[in-house]
Amino acid sequence: MFGQHLAILPLLIPLFAALLQLFPWGDNAQFYRRIIGLVSCSLLIIISVLLLIQSDTATLVYALGNWQAPYGIVLVVDRLAALMLLLTAVLALPVLIFGCYGEDNLGSHFHALFQFQLLGILGAFLTGDLFNLFVFFEVLLISSYALLMHGGGKQKLRATLHYVLLNLAGSALFLISLGILYGITGTLNMADMAVKVSALTGDDAVIARAGGLMLLIVFGLKAALLPLYFWLPQAYANTTGTVAALFAIMTKVGIYAIIRVFTLIFGADAGLAAGVGYDWLWWLGLATLAVGGLGVLGSRDLRLAIAYLVVISVGTMLTTFSMGNDRAISGVLFYLLHSTLVTGALFLLVDVIAVQRGKTASRIIKGRKLAQHGALGMLFFIAALTVIGMPPLSGFVSKLFILEAARTGAQVALLWPLVLFSTFLGMIALSRAGSRMFWHTLPGKAADISHPPGQLATIAALLFGAILLTIFAQPVSDFTTAIAHDLSHPETYIRAVLQLTGVDHE
Amino acid sequence: METLYAISVGTLTACSVYLILRARSFPIVIGLTMLSYAVNLFLFSTGRLVIDQVPIIGAGEQYTDPLPQALVLTAIVIGFAMTAYSIILAVRVRGEFGSDEVNEPNYQAGKEGQR
Repeated sequence: MFGQHLAILPLLIPLFAALLQLFPWGDNAQFYRRIIGLVSCSLLIIISVLLLIQSDTATLVYALGNWQAPYGIVLVVDRLAALMLLLTAVLALPVLIFGCYGEDNLGSHFHALFQFQLLGILGAFLTGDLFNLFVFFEVLLISSYALLMHGGGKQKLRATLHYVLLNLAGSALFLISLGILYGITGTLNMADMAVKVSALTGDDAVIARAGGLMLLIVFGLKAALLPLYFWLPQAYANTTGTVAALFAIMTKVGIYAIIRVFTLIFGADAGLAAGVGYDWLWWLGLATLAVGGLGVLGSRDLRLAIAYLVVISVGTMLTTFSMGNDRAISGVLFYLLHSTLVTGALFLLVDVIAVQRGKTASRIIKGRKLAQHGALGMLFFIAALTVIGMPPLSGFVSKLFILEAARTGAQVALLWPLVLFSTFLGMIALSRAGSRMFWHTLPGKAADISHPPGQLATIAALLFGAILLTIFAQPVSDFTTAIAHDLSHPETYIRAVLQLTGVDHE
Repeated sequence: METLYAISVGTLTACSVYLILRARSFPIVIGLTMLSYAVNLFLFSTGRLVIDQVPIIGAGEQYTDPLPQALVLTAIVIGFAMTAYSIILAVRVRGEFGSDEVNEPNYQAGKEGQR
């Protein structure tokens, strides 16, 4: 009974948590809201671990309202979805704990919005239906619009306006591409659509390719691919630390959608529509990588530099993904885990640094000594090493996987220099920032604002996740290799969804 | 009928793109609203244009596809909420900055990334 409905719980828990948090809780409302949020996030971790274990043996398909695919909407928990669920849950709990130390009081309904945001993200990972993916995208977007404004302020206002308007246009484009694909294939279920697209001939296949490319634009906007990334640095640099850290997973939703749709529907088996968009991803990914590197170097604000590090990670992942072989996809997934955890930690860390430095905030200039100079310096050192990809931490391991995945001469000739060069630029930028902030301080009294150790512990926890990723690199990479194998052989997924094996419905 | 339908969807889209490119918040909101109309009409047509038929298989010679109607309904509801939010945001921006331009007219590169 319980096991059968496990797949829907990642959606029900944040939904009900958010609804409960909206109740008037009396004088001490924030206390109850925090408890509910923390319980919800902890439950999510437990459930996603259970789902991960279950998905390793069989793909779990949950037909909502027991309407079978392709007529009803299904939730599909395969290895990839389960991994993304776990990653989201693992990121969300420390970030929420960090937020509970007072940042949640900056604006109203922070906790409910946080849960709705999780609902949208988890739903996007779980759903097996393209239109349902659109709906969950909207759920996560509308909560992100409100979360970006959390705390208020002029700078945030303009960044949010850009973000909202761009995403509204993106949603319209998403609907158009869905319309094109539905008009051609007559289905919205992703597994069913994969079957239908592979059988297309003549003009229909051309239209399906056009629909696929439009989907690529939409997902590229979410993932912040080159011509569509301009919203990201401003939006991430201006919002509060908690929100920015949670948004570390947001670009990954776009990348997940690209990986899912372009292996399942437009993968190698898609007949005339096979491999659509892969060459675009290769070139645009490389350009994103280059621009991200320059952006990191050119940022005069640490927050902005980290936002550009997100752009670099997007470029790295999409370029590598476009090579299409199993090792590449496995490398991308490993890199995705590492980059989400470490950027989340960095955004929280910069927030702490900015508060302690007072007037100079996170600008990369000479400033006051921090109150917790040693602890913060150590955390920044570890985080910077990890994100740049220095041995021995997870960044190094994941970059190694990615460099190894390049096979042909042309791939090596373009990918290696760009990845290594952007790494180099990141290293210069972060070492400059680190030395200015931690070594080059003004003489005199240190700052008097210090943070509770619990808050710093959440950052350490995220970094510890990245370290665990290094220690357990072998089992994790075995798992991502299994995912890559699943993705390059979508028959298993399609069979599971359309015939509902793996679920015992009485 | 198909030609007329296609022309009207195309005209709506073209007008909305023009309005969105004006880079002022009010025309953009109007443009996005028009774009969502165009998208809804387009979505509606993906089930093929059929007149005077019920959405039930077997009730008559022909039938109309019910799914696009459900999709359009969902898209309308979501689009409505999004438009409302963007209008509020545009009004706030107008109030705070005293200008409805989406990009800062005298943008100072040194000021980026401050809270």
